[in-house]
Amino acid sequence: MSDSLAGRLPAPPRGSTPAYGQQGSSANLADILERVLDKGVVIAGDIQINLLDIELLTIKLRLLVASVDKAKEMGIDWWEHDPSLSSRARPARESEARPGSDALAEENERLRAELDRLRSAAGLPGAAGPQEQPAPAEREEER
Amino acid sequence: MSTRTDTPDGLPGPGGDQLTYVYAVGREGPALHGLAARLPGVDGRPLHAVGADGLCALVSLVPADTFSEQGLAAQMEDLARLETLARSHHAVVDAAFAETPVLPMRLATVYLDDARVAGMLVRRRGEFEDLLGRLEGHVELGMKVYADPRTADTPAPAAVASSGAGAGRAYLERRRATRRRDQDAYRAASDVVGRAAQLTQGVVASRVVHRPQEGQLASHSGVNVANEAYLVPRARTEELRRALTALADGVPGVSVEVTGPWAPYSFATAPPAEHPDGGEGR
Repeated sequence: MSDSLAGRLPAPPRGSTPAYGQQGSSANLADILERVLDKGVVIAGDIQINLLDIELLTIKLRLLVASVDKAKEMGIDWWEHDPSLSSRARPARESEARPGSDALAEENERLRAELDRLRSAAGLPGAAGPQEQPAPAEREEER
Repeated sequence: MSTRTDTPDGLPGPGGDQLTYVYAVGREGPALHGLAARLPGVDGRPLHAVGADGLCALVSLVPADTFSEQGLAAQMEDLARLETLARSHHAVVDAAFAETPVLPMRLATVYLDDARVAGMLVRRRGEFEDLLGRLEGHVELGMKVYADPRTADTPAPAAVASSGAGAGRAYLERRRATRRRDQDAYRAASDVVGRAAQLTQGVVASRVVHRPQEGQLASHSGVNVANEAYLVPRARTEELRRALTALADGVPGVSVEVTGPWAPYSFATAPPAEHPDGGEGR
């Protein structure tokens, strides 16, 4: 689903909108997600991802931006299937893996081993899917 | 209540097949209506303005299937889609904020139709007015401090090892040197964080601490030891940016990244009283 969806969607409107300061379209995705998903005015709209999904999403965001190890332990790895993300996220890091940086090499090895372990246990349940509850036709705001 | 809606020409009006997506709320006036006329929204959808009781929401009509409860959940699960949505949402907020004070809504705030948005504006008028008043004249700056021992200007561990000692001893020396260099960098980084706190005191109106970025999306090298947001009087933005950036000058193994100005996302969370479920203000 993600491939077909991503494939037929236009690219983000980079440069097509006036930038404010330096944040317009060039801002770091982690910085943007941190703000648009975790901050901003929260009001209960009529259409909502139910509370459980919001909670899951928040957890995923934190893992995505905060700790990939924990995410993998929990079997949450949806970003790994996204080639655009992995190819964008990786080169910068690999270029820094200079020989002699022992800690980094060790960490790399540890993460690879962990990844192999998780891949071999492929039967694990993945990230929980969306809840199958019908959307409430009308939802009054909380209060 | 006075309600005013500019539905763009050539689009079907609000109905069963479309929903209203809200980006931001500001004060009613020509600024937001002008922005709506020329900015693209999510998926290139046109924007329009929904006004009520002196407030105005920037919105787009979006397809009901994609933005239903299940549609939204699916979009959130797909990172490429989430990025597109997040960037489009942010682009609207950012462009609007450049011209007039607006409150950014959280991503994917969706209503059945424009009338429901107008009703929400009327019911929450007090809360929105308070926030707009408090945030007016301010911008948000982000600051992240990184410790990156590998960039420290200390003797490279490999050089320390060339002493003619045995391989085991050389290894231990190398490890010791690395550990020392790492400790120095972390100590220097926390010193920079402390100096940032002093520097911002009395300048910023408010401060929010975000989680350090350490995951897949954290593109910066080094370890993020502090990730903060400041609510800064607009006139002092550049001064503070320069001062914060300069904190890491001449400090080996430490770097400071200042982002912004942002619309005040981190300070636009509603008062806790409005959210008895405690989902707010974290």
